[in-house]
Amino acid sequence: MSEIIHCENLSKTYYLGDEEVHALDDVSIKLGRGDYAAVMGPSGSGKSTFMNIVGCLDTPDTGNLWLDGEEVSQMSRNELAGIRNKKIGFVFQQFNLLGRTSALDNVALPLLYAGMKRHDRRERAYAALERVGLKDRVGHHPTQLSGGQQQRVAIARALVNEPAILLADEPTGALDTHTGEEIMDIFDDLNQSGLTIVLVTHEYLIAAHAHQMIRFLDGKITGVEQLKAAEAA
Amino acid sequence: MDVLELIRVAWSSIRVHKMRSFLTILGIMIGVACVITMMTVTAGAQHDIDRQMREMGSNLMMVYAGSWRSRGGVRSAAGSNAVLTEDDAEAIKREIPEILAAAPTVRGYAQVVVGNRNWNSSVYGIDEDFLVVRNWGVNEGRLFEPSELSRGSRVALVGSTTATELFGEGQVLGQTIRVQNVQFTVVGLLASKGMAPGSTSFDQDSVILIPLKTARTRLLGRQGVAGDSVEYIYISVENEDDMVYVEDEIKKLLHARHRIDLEREAFSVNNMSEWIESRLEQQNTFNSLLSVIAAVSLIVGGIGIMNIMLVSVTERTREIGLRMAVGARNTDIMQQFLVEAIALCIAGGILGIAMSVAVSTGASYLAGWPIYFQWWVLMMAVAFSGVIGIFFGFYPARSAANKDPIEALRTE
Repeated sequence: MSEIIHCENLSKTYYLGDEEVHALDDVSIKLGRGDYAAVMGPSGSGKSTFMNIVGCLDTPDTGNLWLDGEEVSQMSRNELAGIRNKKIGFVFQQFNLLGRTSALDNVALPLLYAGMKRHDRRERAYAALERVGLKDRVGHHPTQLSGGQQQRVAIARALVNEPAILLADEPTGALDTHTGEEIMDIFDDLNQSGLTIVLVTHEYLIAAHAHQMIRFLDGKITGVEQLKAAEAA
Repeated sequence: MDVLELIRVAWSSIRVHKMRSFLTILGIMIGVACVITMMTVTAGAQHDIDRQMREMGSNLMMVYAGSWRSRGGVRSAAGSNAVLTEDDAEAIKREIPEILAAAPTVRGYAQVVVGNRNWNSSVYGIDEDFLVVRNWGVNEGRLFEPSELSRGSRVALVGSTTATELFGEGQVLGQTIRVQNVQFTVVGLLASKGMAPGSTSFDQDSVILIPLKTARTRLLGRQGVAGDSVEYIYISVENEDDMVYVEDEIKKLLHARHRIDLEREAFSVNNMSEWIESRLEQQNTFNSLLSVIAAVSLIVGGIGIMNIMLVSVTERTREIGLRMAVGARNTDIMQQFLVEAIALCIAGGILGIAMSVAVSTGASYLAGWPIYFQWWVLMMAVAFSGVIGIFFGFYPARSAANKDPIEALRTE
């Protein structure tokens, strides 16, 4: 199985006044194509820093990170923006949709930065919305959509560039249990079709959707549990 | 990135805060309006001067005895008994090749009578050069024949105002008019010239032209014009660049001919520059006032743009983080906010143009100022507004581009 995320001795230290905070302390892990991993741990355990570095929003102080075969730990800000644009899809707890902007334009946003023409952007965005079951809501603005619908728009936005990895940070945190389950069903389907997913969550029931569980504590990985065999593998 | 998309995003963000955007661009608007109004009124005045100069006669100069300050009685300046003569005009024409024509002229003011009508009109005694120098001609009839000029015939050319006053709408040519009890036959009706440059009351068309010799022998001689003396010599210079040189040459020549020390300034040459200067003087006062208002408004307006852009960047920190997360590079974010600042300023510039059109048209209507809109000024105003947008939008745009995506996404 080819590795899609390969972390080797990643460390990141923050300084809060005089105090050193080892947000990541010598973390190494490999995730294969089509993996479905849940990242758990108390706040301050380093899981957010891990996600940020894997998502190319942040860089490690030391260590190496390969994404889809590319070494990204030494890249410039602009190069990282390119990686985020092409290889990574983000889903956030708060959806982070642009207000006063239609679902279609929200979904098309990453394609804008990929330099795609307007017509193609809209076509691809429409297809992505169709994939999350919102093709009849393309013209709606975020305020006209329910929380679950908003998160589905956000998922469509994450998918529109056909990323190698989908990173989700508490994707159900702002939703009720039922809606949360619907969202998780979408993730399950996406993973079934071969997409690599890493999601951060507090809730065990949500984590149970994944195939692996990665536990963080004090900047270290304290355990990787296999929950079930990857069905698509 | 997609320029149209940049403009679309900028425009939608401006539209969201309509009132705020409008107040922000007020400064730019007023500044641009001042600049354009200034240019428009200045250009209008310049055009007006040019037009009047053209109508006066091309490259016209007026030579007279006496100096400007002592020119009350024109014919003789205080302290000198110098008098211009027809020979002086001949000499000027002969000695100074840059001169196109030199017209010795006498002038008076007389009551002109036709039947039971009368009208007070300027009366000029002229030779064949006068109409050339003044760039003047007849609308109807003919000019004087050389024989009429040399004999001193009693023929007259009548200005349009005088003609209207004396004959109404009736036939002018061939009519007889009486000037101080001397009868003249009207042979031509002069083209209309309007008011004199810089004057709203001196009507150049309230005039009668008669041969110089006739004027001296039959009319104005009685008013004390003796021998072959003339009051003015109108000069037309071929090339405008020679005006200053010719002016000096004329003074030298006349003083030498009359054996008077040049420093006594017994003869003066007026090339209309005083009049233009005083005209431009008023213009300059108006312009410096508007320049100050324009400069202050543009600077304060620019700072206003910068301020509101900083507010906008802060308000949209989360949006910036999101855009970065989905792949926007620093330059993309920078462009987005720069374009927004430029769009604001250009909107201000366009509103400023509209305002200046309203203001200068109003001023032209109320104060009677001539105005002249120049396309390049309007284009420049829009371009300049864009430059202000770039200048004052740069810092906010850069601060947006330099945001850390993680911090930005965490902002509430």
